[in-house]
Amino acid sequence: MITYLVRRLSQAVAVLALVSLVVFGFRWLLPGGPERALLGAGQTAGDASALRHAYGLGRPVVLQYLTWLGQVLHGNLGSSAVQGTSVGSLLVASLPRTLALTLTAAVLAIMIAVPLGLVQALGKDSALDRVLRGFSYVGYGMPSFFLGSVLILVFAVRLHIFAAEGPQEPGIAGVLADWRALTLPVLTLAIFTGAIFARYARAAAIESLASDYVRTARGAGAGPRRVMARHVLRNSLIPVITLAGLSLPQIIGGSLVVESLFNIEGVGWQLWQAALKHDFPVLLGFILVIGTAAVTGSLLADIGYLLADPRVRYRKP
Amino acid sequence: MTVRGRHAAPVARPGLVRPRLGTGHDRPVQPAAAARPANPALRVGLAILAIMVLFCYIGPLIYRRDILQVNLLLSNRAPSAAHLLGTDPDGIDVLGRLMTGGQLSLEVGLAAGLLAAIIGSLWGAIAGYLGGAADAFMMRVVDAAYAFPVIVLLLLLTAIFQPTPELLVFVIAGTSWLSTARLVRGAALTLGNREFVQAVLAMGGGRLRVIVRHIAPNAFGLIAVNVSFQIADAIVVLATLSYLGLGVQPPSSDWGDMIAAGAQSIYSGYWWEIYPAGAAIILVVVALNLVGDGLRDRFAGSPIGY
Repeated sequence: MITYLVRRLSQAVAVLALVSLVVFGFRWLLPGGPERALLGAGQTAGDASALRHAYGLGRPVVLQYLTWLGQVLHGNLGSSAVQGTSVGSLLVASLPRTLALTLTAAVLAIMIAVPLGLVQALGKDSALDRVLRGFSYVGYGMPSFFLGSVLILVFAVRLHIFAAEGPQEPGIAGVLADWRALTLPVLTLAIFTGAIFARYARAAAIESLASDYVRTARGAGAGPRRVMARHVLRNSLIPVITLAGLSLPQIIGGSLVVESLFNIEGVGWQLWQAALKHDFPVLLGFILVIGTAAVTGSLLADIGYLLADPRVRYRKP
Repeated sequence: MTVRGRHAAPVARPGLVRPRLGTGHDRPVQPAAAARPANPALRVGLAILAIMVLFCYIGPLIYRRDILQVNLLLSNRAPSAAHLLGTDPDGIDVLGRLMTGGQLSLEVGLAAGLLAAIIGSLWGAIAGYLGGAADAFMMRVVDAAYAFPVIVLLLLLTAIFQPTPELLVFVIAGTSWLSTARLVRGAALTLGNREFVQAVLAMGGGRLRVIVRHIAPNAFGLIAVNVSFQIADAIVVLATLSYLGLGVQPPSSDWGDMIAAGAQSIYSGYWWEIYPAGAAIILVVVALNLVGDGLRDRFAGSPIGY
């Protein structure tokens, strides 16, 4: 297990190094070269030379990369070419809204997906399984912006139950308190993610139902309820939670669309606006942070899986 | 190797072999020669696709409407005899736009999906074939690319380059070949160790013969299944980009674009500007997923488990 951990950790470090290289390399793709793109409109010659000095442009590329990496590791992601504020402060301002949105949606998605997967696995190929499978097909094929638009049309415009715009309050507590505004964005994201999770939950429950430990538990006289609660449910929950950690990039991508639709000024909304306004420092800074978070999330998911599965935990090297 | 072997274990990562709904995934492999059961998924999927292709390409010849001329006097009209699905904010007929916009969605989706499958297959096959340090490096590149949400990378690329349909094909393919690469690399590794491949090598068959005669035909099914999923994903991704205003630029338009236009006046409740395009996307994507699942069933029993 230790060997696996060390190997997995060094893999993650290698991937992180590649991620940083990719983000660093993007600046040469930018229109007008790195200086122009990093400064944005309204630059002067003085600005450019100051920027060249700050970023070490003109020096060998390897040195530039190391200087940049040093700044990033100290939390300096540069400043927005449009708004002038630092990328870090934009991130700090927008992160709570996205966290509140995505975490609520992920929890809700798991709460929908795991019971559905269990019910489907128990009655595999039954009429209910087929119907739910059909829903899952549609849920997967439906673009999240369309789903969100339909929810707005029905629940906000026609029935006036929920707001059509997401929470505008800053801070996690403020967002969570505004449930009328939060419901539709969370629901959109949860249905989108839940459709993916339900497939894995179904596959995991089918696998679990046919496993030796379930047979043993039944043989030892455990009732169906106990088998479900203690063995099948638990063992179908673990892979789905792991999956939630691994799908971080997809969840962030989904929240970008939801934030743009419901006008929630979170991380995804900032990225979207930065793309529309060609604000490259913000785009690159946010992408670096998201990439790092995703690599870390997938590492933690793998380690969590290792710790949760006794068959792996107790295996002799 | 049974289908429920290690690869189907629930640890499966997103992007690795996706557990598809039921069919084939949790079913024991049938002997290759066994009579194949009727394959309704494949038939229904292909039928829906055929109808949608006819709708988008033959439809405009029958239902003739001017879909380029902006006419604000006609904007946001509800469905009527003159405009079967009403008009959009620019006064353009929604049904007519649905047909021509669909051509773009289908063409870009098809091209991007195929290109992604080709890039991914080559990358995966080369990594699996070379093995060792080259394989490790190539797969770390895939891991690193996986760390970025596809849509975020696409935002960056479409902000840098002016999005045209051709560019969108390359950009979407360039961000979505990763799952194919992992899949094909796994298949190349598995196939390389199979008894029949080893037997051919032991009998003196050359490497080229093994690749052309044995590995490629057996991996073909896997790639065919993957292509249909790739096309489905590419259509959704294109629609999402257009919705975000970073897809094809006017006067071109696709289904995502139409929903975006409708969403701007969503408070007015003009449902006909949103539902038809959404329904079209869902139909095509569900059909492609049915085809993928059907193909998977059809190829079940081949030497690599699906």
